[in-house]
Amino acid sequence: MTAAPPNFVASVPRRHSEVHTPTSPVARFDAGAPLRLACQQDLAPFSIAYETYGALNSEKSNAVLICHALTADQYVASPHPITGKPGWWDNMVGSGKPIDTDRFYVICSNVLGGCMGSTGPASIDPKTNAPYGLNFPLITLGDMVEAQARLIDYLGIDQLFAVIGGSMGGMQVLEWASRFKDRVFAAVPIATAAWHSSQNIAFHEVGRQAVMADPEWKGGNYYAAGTVPKNGLAVARMAAHITYLSEEALHRKFGRNLQDRSEKTFSFSADFQVESYLRHQGSTFVDRFDANSYLYITRALDYFDLRENAGGVLANAFRGTKTRFCVVSFTSDWLYPTRESRTIVQALNAVAANVSFVEIESDKGHDAFLLDEPTFSATIRGFLNAAAVKRGLGAAKEAGR
Amino acid sequence: MNAPDVGKIVGTTKAPRVDHVLIAEMVEAGSRVLDVGCGDGELLQLLTERKGVDGRGVELQRDKVNACVARGLSVIQGDADRDLDNYPDQAFDYAVLSLTIQATRQPKTVLENLLRIGRRAIVSFPNFGHWQVRTKLLLTGRMPINDNLPDQWYLTPNAHLCTIRDFADLCELVHADVEQAVAFNAYGARLPIKWSLSMQNLFGEKAVFLLHGAARSSGST
Repeated sequence: MTAAPPNFVASVPRRHSEVHTPTSPVARFDAGAPLRLACQQDLAPFSIAYETYGALNSEKSNAVLICHALTADQYVASPHPITGKPGWWDNMVGSGKPIDTDRFYVICSNVLGGCMGSTGPASIDPKTNAPYGLNFPLITLGDMVEAQARLIDYLGIDQLFAVIGGSMGGMQVLEWASRFKDRVFAAVPIATAAWHSSQNIAFHEVGRQAVMADPEWKGGNYYAAGTVPKNGLAVARMAAHITYLSEEALHRKFGRNLQDRSEKTFSFSADFQVESYLRHQGSTFVDRFDANSYLYITRALDYFDLRENAGGVLANAFRGTKTRFCVVSFTSDWLYPTRESRTIVQALNAVAANVSFVEIESDKGHDAFLLDEPTFSATIRGFLNAAAVKRGLGAAKEAGR
Repeated sequence: MNAPDVGKIVGTTKAPRVDHVLIAEMVEAGSRVLDVGCGDGELLQLLTERKGVDGRGVELQRDKVNACVARGLSVIQGDADRDLDNYPDQAFDYAVLSLTIQATRQPKTVLENLLRIGRRAIVSFPNFGHWQVRTKLLLTGRMPINDNLPDQWYLTPNAHLCTIRDFADLCELVHADVEQAVAFNAYGARLPIKWSLSMQNLFGEKAVFLLHGAARSSGST
């Protein structure tokens, strides 16, 4: 593919180069193999950027697909090319870790609609040779999973040993288990739900409106204008970030503490630590994420309802499944609370699926799945080990951590 | 303060519980088993090792569920009273309720669900008709406390204690056929099968019933 025209690359060079020429490998699917989207449009050509860790065994039976959440990417266990920070699930994925790269071939791909090398609204539309912007078709989580399935085909893998993900990643896990029953031996949906609730949609709408209200957004065509709707996207991230934490976690971390000052300033500067923290979250986010990708992916989440293609009955989405499931929720997660996981478990029970369900005690809110929670790690490790034995991958080595 | 001996741990040795051993004898090799109230997964582990069953568990206590899943058992955090409704009819060969029915809110509904979910149901429970229980109540006028019923009345999870006779009546009420009923004495020895129900009820400290739903036995295999 030709490099992007220079005016698109000028403003935030590093982020733009990751859109067009990512650091990670890329699978390119040409015009001859379009992706039929839920909106009935065909997308072609398209690219899926991905990272892999560990080695695929000769039977190709040890592949683990990790699905990322809304604003994460394929760099699950390797440094982020823009921020330089460790992989977003570095504590969970790696040599000797619960998702052990000494045993498993771990794949993580940037979602369709993303901005880290998979085709999304910041990618070049071959029809215009300019970024898609709002000409990019509206996508769904089902579309993301269909695109991932193309990647798995491309990698020559028939059946995945496991598909694992939290939050939006968990929804992709459910889509995988529902759409490709024979291709998923084990499924681990974490801190997730089978459809987006009214409250979930409401929070996303606030975020989208913040982006669109930013004059720099320019109707979605800020690429040509050389601007970035930084303020709008930062506000969207700040609002969303609150939903990822719990009240206890916020209180423990910040209380009513003041930021680098002993007195209130009687102004609108960031007097409180929590304000300063959120502003930091917002401003660092815009350095690595495309505003239109944020709009498209939140929309895909809002459209998600696994019942829709199952005649309105969630259990039908899993009928006939032979997959082994491990559903995990966290006590203080109010974004996708335990009752949403229980709904998934009840649907799986209704079709007599092989399901484990664990609610992990944590006061860290929705983000607990990204953090080091020993009970959670032990659950994932134990479930995968037992599944690996069933799959004929043998028992884990004793040592481990 | 005179603390009640509620933390008393019974049977910490590696030897499996006598009622578990009996259940392992009752269950056909390679069958599908749902263990409701599976605790730390001891029975599921035993059935998997000895009989190669495809086992699933339901357990109320979160830490026990975590331990089960971490050791590779398929267990969900759930409640016998609330979470059995979702399972389809005859999803399992056996639905097991091991020393749990007395702690449920709706024992009759739970038993009906077990008979619906499993082709057979296996239920074990502490027998409140045991002679020691009767004499304790008669002589001291207080709720009995023993190895089988270790908690004070105000701390016990048991809400619906019953005798072997009571349970047999419930089986009749829900049209369950009793294929086998075995009682254990206080030393863990099985009482002779030939003994009358009254004798079992007097000398059995706990009992294990193997049941099937009568309505279904004629229709299906």
